[in-house]
Amino acid sequence: MEAIAVHKLVKTYGAKKETVKALNEISFSTQQGEMFGVIGPDGAGKTSLFRILTTMLLPDGGTATVDGFDVVKDMQQIRNRVGYMPGKFSLYQDLTVEENLEFFASIFNTSIAENYDLVKDIYVQIELFKNRRAGKLSGGMKQKLALCCALIHKPSVLFLDEPTTGVDVVSRKEFWEMLKGLKKQGISILVSTPYMDEAAMCDRVALMQSGRIMTIDTPQHVIEQFGKRLWAVRSGEMYRLLLDLKAYENTLSCHSFGEYHHLVLRNDTGSEAAVLHYLASKGHRQVEIKTASPNIEDCFMQLMNDNA
Amino acid sequence: MKRLLVILEKEFRQVFRNPAILRMVLVMPVIQLLVFPFAANYEVKNVLLSVVDHDHSAYSQKFISKITSSGYFKLTDYSPSYDEAMKAVEKDKADLIIEIPAGFEKDLVKESKSSMLISVNAVNGTKASLGGAYASNIIRDFNSDIRIQWMQMPRYNAQPTIEITSSNWYNPTMNYKFFMVPGILVTLLTMIGSFMSALNIVHEKEVGTIEQINVSPITKVQFILGKLIPFWIMGLVTLTLGLIVSWLFYRIVPLGSIGLIYVFGMVFLFTLLGVGLLVSTFAETQTQATFVSFFVMMLFMLLGGLYTPIESMPDWAKLITKINPVAYFIEVMRMIVLKGSGFADVKTQFFSVLGLGIFFNTWAVINYRKRS
Repeated sequence: MEAIAVHKLVKTYGAKKETVKALNEISFSTQQGEMFGVIGPDGAGKTSLFRILTTMLLPDGGTATVDGFDVVKDMQQIRNRVGYMPGKFSLYQDLTVEENLEFFASIFNTSIAENYDLVKDIYVQIELFKNRRAGKLSGGMKQKLALCCALIHKPSVLFLDEPTTGVDVVSRKEFWEMLKGLKKQGISILVSTPYMDEAAMCDRVALMQSGRIMTIDTPQHVIEQFGKRLWAVRSGEMYRLLLDLKAYENTLSCHSFGEYHHLVLRNDTGSEAAVLHYLASKGHRQVEIKTASPNIEDCFMQLMNDNA
Repeated sequence: MKRLLVILEKEFRQVFRNPAILRMVLVMPVIQLLVFPFAANYEVKNVLLSVVDHDHSAYSQKFISKITSSGYFKLTDYSPSYDEAMKAVEKDKADLIIEIPAGFEKDLVKESKSSMLISVNAVNGTKASLGGAYASNIIRDFNSDIRIQWMQMPRYNAQPTIEITSSNWYNPTMNYKFFMVPGILVTLLTMIGSFMSALNIVHEKEVGTIEQINVSPITKVQFILGKLIPFWIMGLVTLTLGLIVSWLFYRIVPLGSIGLIYVFGMVFLFTLLGVGLLVSTFAETQTQATFVSFFVMMLFMLLGGLYTPIESMPDWAKLITKINPVAYFIEVMRMIVLKGSGFADVKTQFFSVLGLGIFFNTWAVINYRKRS
């Protein structure tokens, strides 16, 4: 059965003249127990999508169901069975960790004890601070508490809107490990993130840009579809190198990636020598060029260029 | 029901952890009731007096000492000419000029008739009219003193006269504090009702916690009741404190039933909380909520009859007071506290406030959206 099914969903903001299509007829569906990632930069329409699916926002067109229930007509059923963790920390800062968890359990007519095994792995990490006010927790711990609160009523679908934005690298890693654990318990997860490296953790991803979905596939397939050879280049002057590579006639796309620039060429035959020759003519020293394996970010950049 | 209890438990926890709210509910009413009634004083005292005495006679001296000993006037200027006295008025050193003409005593003795000039600075209307009235009263008094001195009163008056005696009902000593304190108590409840509930809900919007509530199965009625009930109870605590303070410091004991005050207070708070709630459904930030609440409150207070009598307002303003719960409660408070009115006397006001309460709360509930 489908956990989430979205069909031609439209959401428009703004008045008559200046409208922004936050969601432009997007369609996708996710399976039960699947971890589905929505990947896209800020402003891609991720949060609008989440707010519609959690019944907080009415769509302007199209249909969507969560767990078989319509997001417009059956909002009460949906509210009983989904967990939502907004991007912004939104628990009661003046209540303690335990009180927050207790409150969110009680309003769903359940208790911490009843669903303890579901949150146990996460809760033990913050149980030490259960008498501390939520506002006094560190960023990573707040995130864990928010996840506990979203889980305590045993939701069948979990919505996580940019759960790792603003969280340190270690906590981010831990957080994704926790999500993997939840997936094993059969909970369907829809997660959004602006970080491309996190996409690889999902079963399937949708790459989103300006209200449209560019592609939906497993992270593996997305990468395989890249189709072209990817070069990683660096030299002593990185910024000038980027400008020169972009000006190179055979360049299809070039963007900086860590300590290298990732380069895709139009015509890939005998290219390495040609690029080196071109860069030498521009006066670059210590040039290093090698092939690299593409990742989701490269695919995203390529899709963005294709759509532009 | 169980869910509502859970929400209430959480709300009360948050209230008791917020020292600002506790201070507002407990300390503010006491301080306001102790300070306001003394400042909001209708009696005009210390009218600054300038005297221009051209006569320098025994009678003019007598008159000046009489007016300065009345307690209403303070002799701050003694000028040789009217023009110089006017300068004192311009510099705000005098509010009222009394000019005694040369030959005042001579005319009075010879012709049994004399005149005197009173000029009043009317920038402050109340002060001017009251000061002028006090001065003329004193002159009249002075006048009759002289007559008694001069002639033996005949056994029967030559002309029939009507002597007026008056007695002041409900507030025999004309203590304005008895009039102000019940009204100020109402303004305190107004603040708690309209401000705090509005700010509280908007705070949840600002912090984003309302998102989590909105995706939960909590219904909007449960959420709103969870917000109303704590502030409703706090309002009643403030009312109790206020009644205790007015008894302790002003010896004001309501003549009517205290139970009736509470019943009315409960309905009044319900209405005001509805107003606050309505504001919170429109406002997105606490700043917006504060300014809108403040505007509504000013309207309620100024058109509430606390300082100026509603009867002397123009017709359009009187119409507004018909939908002003504060006006009803101030009136009723004074009726119950000073006159000892019973429920039958305040029935109209009671049902008007109740009706307004149902109106505002229904509007607020309809307007509160869990989704947009």
